[in-house]
This record gives sequence, structure tokens and C-alpha cells, in this order.
Amino acid sequence: MRKVMTGNYASAYGAKLARAEVIAAYPITPQTSIVEKLADFVSTGELKAKFIPVESEHSAMAACIAAQTAGARTYTATSSHGLALMHEVLMWASGARLPIVMTNVSRAMAPPWSVWVDHMDSVAQRDTGWMEFFCQSNQEVLDTIIMAYKVCESKGVMLPAMIIEDAFILSHTSEPVDVPDQDMVDAFLPAYAPEFKIEVGKPRGFGSLVRPDQYMEFRYKAMLAMREAHDRFLRVEKEFKQVFGREHGGLLEMYRCDNAEFVLVAAGSVAGTAKDVVDSLRAKGFPVGLARLRAFRPFPHEEIRALAGKVAGIAVLDRSYTFGAAGAMFTEVKASAYSGQKKPVIKDYIAGLGGRDITPKTIERIFEDIQIATKRGEETEVEWVDVAGLPRRWH
Amino acid sequence: MALMPKTTIPEEEFSVPGNTGCPGCGANLVMRYLLKGLGERTIVAIPACCWAVMPGYWPSHCLKIPMLYTAFEATGAAISGLRAALDVKGVQDVNVVGFAGDGGTVDIGLQALSGAAERQTDAIYVMYDNEAYMNTGIQRSGSTPWGAWTTTTPVGSNRDYKHEAKKDIIAIMQAHRIPYAATVSVAYPEDFIRKVQKAKSINGFRFIHALSPCPPGWRINPMHSIEVAKLAVDTHSFPLYEIENGKVRVTRKGKGLPVSEYLKLQGRFSHLTDAEVASIQKTVDDHWHYLEEEEKYGI
Amino acid sequence: MTKGYEEIPLTPISDTPSTVNLTGLWRAFRPIVDKAKCKKCTICWKFCPDVAIVLVDGVPEIDLNYCKGCGICSFECPSKCIVMVKEGTE
Repeated sequence: MRKVMTGNYASAYGAKLARAEVIAAYPITPQTSIVEKLADFVSTGELKAKFIPVESEHSAMAACIAAQTAGARTYTATSSHGLALMHEVLMWASGARLPIVMTNVSRAMAPPWSVWVDHMDSVAQRDTGWMEFFCQSNQEVLDTIIMAYKVCESKGVMLPAMIIEDAFILSHTSEPVDVPDQDMVDAFLPAYAPEFKIEVGKPRGFGSLVRPDQYMEFRYKAMLAMREAHDRFLRVEKEFKQVFGREHGGLLEMYRCDNAEFVLVAAGSVAGTAKDVVDSLRAKGFPVGLARLRAFRPFPHEEIRALAGKVAGIAVLDRSYTFGAAGAMFTEVKASAYSGQKKPVIKDYIAGLGGRDITPKTIERIFEDIQIATKRGEETEVEWVDVAGLPRRWH
Repeated sequence: MALMPKTTIPEEEFSVPGNTGCPGCGANLVMRYLLKGLGERTIVAIPACCWAVMPGYWPSHCLKIPMLYTAFEATGAAISGLRAALDVKGVQDVNVVGFAGDGGTVDIGLQALSGAAERQTDAIYVMYDNEAYMNTGIQRSGSTPWGAWTTTTPVGSNRDYKHEAKKDIIAIMQAHRIPYAATVSVAYPEDFIRKVQKAKSINGFRFIHALSPCPPGWRINPMHSIEVAKLAVDTHSFPLYEIENGKVRVTRKGKGLPVSEYLKLQGRFSHLTDAEVASIQKTVDDHWHYLEEEEKYGI
Repeated sequence: MTKGYEEIPLTPISDTPSTVNLTGLWRAFRPIVDKAKCKKCTICWKFCPDVAIVLVDGVPEIDLNYCKGCGICSFECPSKCIVMVKEGTE
């Protein structure tokens, strides 16, 4: 069935098709229509689930953790400060190895107060042990939710995942979306059947105190699980393509990167704009491509290293800033490329914070800049794009 | 087990020896009596508190029922999630219990508690009240009584003992219009277990406030744990009552002894002057009188 | 003793009874029961925080592997038949 729907509705349909059993959520702009739609599905009986209207995002995640431990498939959604409020329990969910799936509508952090898109909230959670998938389209949102449940619940993974929609650009913009049949999704994604769950008759403790002489081994296992998630995701997406006829490019979607000399690495909806720019530049003979960072966690180290070996310059677009040596995505890209034989020029472009539009012209300027930087072997690693008061023009 | 004479409380044990609590720990008795009242079909969620370390290090477990460790502020949310999962899976006849300390209930846990109560979550929340953050080393909480020494309300030359009143958690729960709330003391296990069994039979959100003497935190000889819990009731410092659908019923009148009898056994009150003890007596008398009026005339 | 990462569950799930913790080693004072004086009132069993007391024909048997020596049983006994003696004496 094809419907025109917003990214938020795509999330709601994804959770519904995945047969989420317990949904605990708290409203925050611009996530609200996800939970409203799900409350609707539950109240009409279309979705057989328990909906808990919790009193905060921290409680939303804590309730999901408890419900998942008791054997129910759970779902929640949030954004920005809600995600930040959950931070403590995001760590708990992954340490407890619970395959919770959540939509984060990526939105800037305050102050300054903003309801518009940037990736600071999502990126700030990169240390929590959650998988992070940045979507470019509403179709991808729906599909990735279904795939995520399958990946997360695999024995050998058992980690939670967040599916990221750009605030307003995906969450509130309508696109045609193919909604798969429930039967086909059921065949693809069986019921949640964990090895361990909390239940009457089995007196066990879940989450006990572990001494220094044993803690590291648990963390090591979680690391192995994230590594497995990389391979598992690719296999699950291949299967998804066989069943539903489409896929979205693996963990790093390569768009016209063959024979490219300069590649832009970007995540989220801006990649759609960038693909158009790549097309128009290619038509003029420029050897450019786009590598869409679909998974920030697990980070596609191998794929980036391979790409770095083939190009002269990489421009990384960070829609967040983490006060480190440079932007978070740039830092990961550079670290992955560093161990490769051939080291291209890699430059960081901080753009689009707080919902600032990233126009096709701006992306063209970024491509121009990386080309110049490569030729000059430029020293400046970080460029702040389109900041009023700075001399550079990006339009 | 060998032949037992007639006991006043159920015989079956759901606690296992080898818990790592302090000698004379009241909280151990709270859990022991609670489970005697609820039975085996019980799942308990426990946040950071003394009871989170009670079972010992992984993989040691000191109960015959399953336990979910949860983040400090999240007990109310955890029991909501547990009940939702059991409901959606069609698992019936299970007591879902939140078991938290006073700090994890009246301070950091208050929001989640309020949410769970307002949603009429079908669960029993037990606050074992040792009247401070004992697990972290005796720091004051919102439930620490007026006049008490703690490490963050030390006495010193400023006499900075706790100058704020103890939060009335039962009143807070009453504001949520829950079907059942009760206070219990480990000195009166028969009353305790009867109230647990009453709570078990009611649907919706039920709250039990258990006074839990703490030898290191209250500065008492461990052998006096029960005596102190008895005096708390007998001096009306911790009255035993229940509220069922808004109706108050005092379940033990107590002897009405002077509050100094209760305070003098505890090192945490040893700095109080006669005037300060008298002011505690007045507060206790006023509250007891209020309780009697509530019982007679309704709220 | 540290277990290898392949020998542990994916998250700390505790399923070993706590009887592995011999808390009796903490004791500074040990309870001694005068069984002849015992009136089988069951109060000591009722108030033990460590379930270290088992009643055999109504008379308390204290499991010294777990008894922490708190003295509640001794203090609460109406017949005064439980006495606390210093560990290491007698």
C-alpha cells in the first residue's frame, strides 16, 4: 500500500508493523505526531500494545527497559532534550543488552532554544552503546525500523538502536511511502524470543553489582556485539531487499563514488540535496561523489578506509559540534582513514546547526573548497560554514 | 523443615541467608515480611539503595523471587513497564512490586512515583524508610526527621542538624487518590503482613511505608532494632494506620509514651536539648491528634 | 576469580543463591541458646533479619555460617534464654 505520509507517521507505521508490544513515550516537538499516531493505532485495536503515557523521557526509557526485560518488544520516540534526559538510561539499556528500538527526531540543543534540525542530540549519545541510523527519506525511516528490530534482536547482537529523522525536514514533510503488508513483515520479523527474561518461577537478579575483576569482560562482549551488528545489518538489509524489493545503501551509501576524486561524507536529509548537487557537478565534468553516512554506530570503519584509499579529498559535513579537535563525524572518518596506506586530504565543514538551511549552492561551495584544499595541501581542518560575521561566503 | 509450633506469621521463607546487609538491618525484615505476605508469584524492581547491594556481588542472589535492578530515580517507571509487559503477554496473577529506599522515593524517585500512581499502575510500591541515604553513608534525605544528625546535617557548633520536617509521603500518595496506602513497622510483623495481604487483594496502585531501623545510620545498638521500631509506634512518632479508598483507620493505638523514650535509644538524636525534644513532642502530638480526627471524621 | 568473556552471560544475571556468602565470619558476638529455658514462643525466629534461625521442635537452631551476631534474638527473647558472648571466648 502506498501512502503519502510524514516521517513521523512512517515511524509510527514502522513500529506498528514491527508489532511493538509496549510503547512508553513522552511528548516533545517535533516527535509528537509519532506517539499520537501510535496512541491512535492502540485505541482502535489496530496495534495490540500497551501504551504508557509516562511523565518524562527518562521514565519512558526506564519503562521500556523493564518491559523489554520481561520479554516484550518495546518502542519509544523522542528528540533533543528528551534524548539528553534519557542519557543515563540509554547507557543502561545497552549495558543490559536490550534490543529496544527508538526514533530520535534529531533537533538542536538549547540554549539557544531551537526546535529545528541539527544532529547534536544524536551525536552526543554516540558513547552509549546504541546503534545510530541517520535516514534520508521517510521510506528509509519505516524500513530501517523494521530492519533494526531484526538486527537488534539477533543473538550475537542484542543491542538497542535509534533511527534518526531530521527535525521537520523528515518528521513533518510528506513523501510517498510504501507500507509493506503485515504478513510479509511478520514473516521477515518473527516474535521477540529472548534467551533470558525476568519471570515468575526463575529467581534471578538482572543488573547486579560486578567487581572490578569482572566488569571489563562484560564491556568486551558488548563491543563484540556492536562489531557483529555491522555485519548483521548488511545481511539483514540484503534479506530485506529480497523480500520487499528495496534497500538503502548499507552502512555507507556510495553515490557516484566510483571514479570520484572528491567525496562529501554527510548524514541525514542533507544527503538528498547533496546527491542533486553531485549530479549537476558530474554533468559539468567534475569527479565528485557522495558517501552517505547511514550508520554512525556501528561506524563503517572498513568502508571509510577503503574509500579514503581511492580519493584525493574528503569533505565531511558535521551537522553538530562537539568541542573536540573537530566535529564528531570528521574525527571518526579521519581516524578510520589514518591507518590506510593512502591518506587523502580530509576537511571538516560544520554546517546547518539549529536548522540553518544547507542549500545546493552551499554544497557546491564545499566541493569547490575541498578541491582547492586538496591542491594546496591545506592546513585548516575545520571550516564553519555560513556563519555571519566570518569573511567566507558560502552562497 | 522440622515441626513448627503455631507461628503468628506465615512460615515460608522467600529470603535466602547470606545477604550482605549490616547486622540488625531493618530493611531485611521489611523484605522478609513483604514476601511472606505476597508469596512466590512476585517480581520486584529495586533501584540504587541498600537493597541493591543486599544480594551481594554478581552472581549472588538472596531472594527466591526474581529481581530487576533499576536506575535510581526510575522505580515508578520500572514497575509501569513490568506490568505493561506482563499484561500484553497475558501473564496474570503476578504481584509487581517496586521496593525502594526513602531517598529513591521522596527525593529523586518522586517524579516517577507520582507518574506511576497517577496512572493507577497495578503495582505495590514499598518504601523502606531508614530516614537518610544510608547506602551512600548516612546523608540526609527528604525523609530524615527533624532534629536528626546525618553526615550532611552534622551538629557542630552551628547545630546544623536537620531543620526541615520529614516529607509526609502518605499524604503525597493520598493526593493521587490511590486505593490503598499503609504504614508498617518491623516490630509488628502480624500487622505488617495483614496489610500486605490486604494490599495484594486490591487492584491499582498501592503504597506501603515501612519504618526500617538502621543501626549505623541511627546510631543504635543492632540488638535494639526491633525495640526502636516498637517505640516509634508506641510514642506515636511513626503511627500505624491504613487508608483504604480515602478512609483512615489507625491499626495500633500504641501506649502513647513520651517521645524521649524513642529518641534516647538513638545516637543521631543525642545532641537535642530538652526544648528541642519538647518541640518534637508537639509535632508528634499534633500529627497523632490529626490522625485521630481523620479517622473519626474522614478527610 | 575472573571468568573469561565467553563464560559469562551477556549482562550480569545473578542466579547463584547467596548462601555462598558466609556472613557468619563477620560476627563479633555469638548467640548461645539455653534450650531448656526456651518456651517455644517463636519470637527469635520471627525477628531474625538474616533467616539464620530455624526452629527444630519449636526451639531455635542458629546457623552460625550466616548469623551476624546482631543480638536481636537475644534482646527480644521474653524468657532471656539467648545470651551474646564475645567471639573467640569459650
